[in-house]
Amino acid sequence: MELLQRFAAGDLDAFESLFRQYQRDVYRWIVRIVREPAAAEDLTLETFWRIHKAHAGFRPDANFGAWLRRIATNLALDHLRRRRPDVALENDVAAEQKPDSAVQQQTRMALRKAFAELPPRLRVVVQLGLVEDDSYPEIAQALGISAGAAKTRMFRGVRLLRKKLRRLGVHP
Amino acid sequence: MNDPFKDDELAGIREALRQALPPVEQPELRRDLWPDMLRRLEQPPFRVPWFDWALLALTAAALAFFPALIPALVYHL
Repeated sequence: MELLQRFAAGDLDAFESLFRQYQRDVYRWIVRIVREPAAAEDLTLETFWRIHKAHAGFRPDANFGAWLRRIATNLALDHLRRRRPDVALENDVAAEQKPDSAVQQQTRMALRKAFAELPPRLRVVVQLGLVEDDSYPEIAQALGISAGAAKTRMFRGVRLLRKKLRRLGVHP
Repeated sequence: MNDPFKDDELAGIREALRQALPPVEQPELRRDLWPDMLRRLEQPPFRVPWFDWALLALTAAALAFFPALIPALVYHL
């Protein structure tokens, strides 16, 4: 029997194989959205927990990777909604990196603050599109929306980001 | 991401944003998460204690027979 068929039938060994095959991809995807390694580990586990609970409803001919990524994205978005912006700034992976002298500290902090305050559904599109360089179709597939909707969210996110930056006295 | 919309409208802010929030460089999982998953799978499912169900049934019965208790209950919630 195929691996996905065995998983759908509730076979724990099949689930373990899928877990080991996909855990790194799921983790990498989540950490790019939430930008917190520790939270990304918890969310990776939660993603597979949901997958395991929903195994009976999975059709073996469906795209397992896309299903996994959709669940991971939704969990990452829920995490962003629950997280306070100041906590986001403290735990961001960029906080550990050396500051780039080309950009003034004040401007960088204002950008990070304004970005952390964006609504999560806009922030994730800006993050994936502008920072991580994903294409609109890739973003759209992960979020379960059309490429046009992803583009609209990008436009709205950037407009809101600019507005917040102007309020902070920054004009990128 | 080659897109005319991005090139025209987003070029400036994209650069500033990437300097403030550098892309996460190929983050690697620091450990195998399967042992954690297995522990979670082996945990007994969450069960509501029988006395909680009994309390709920008693409350429902009391409210059904004495509807005047509803405002008092709402007040205390």
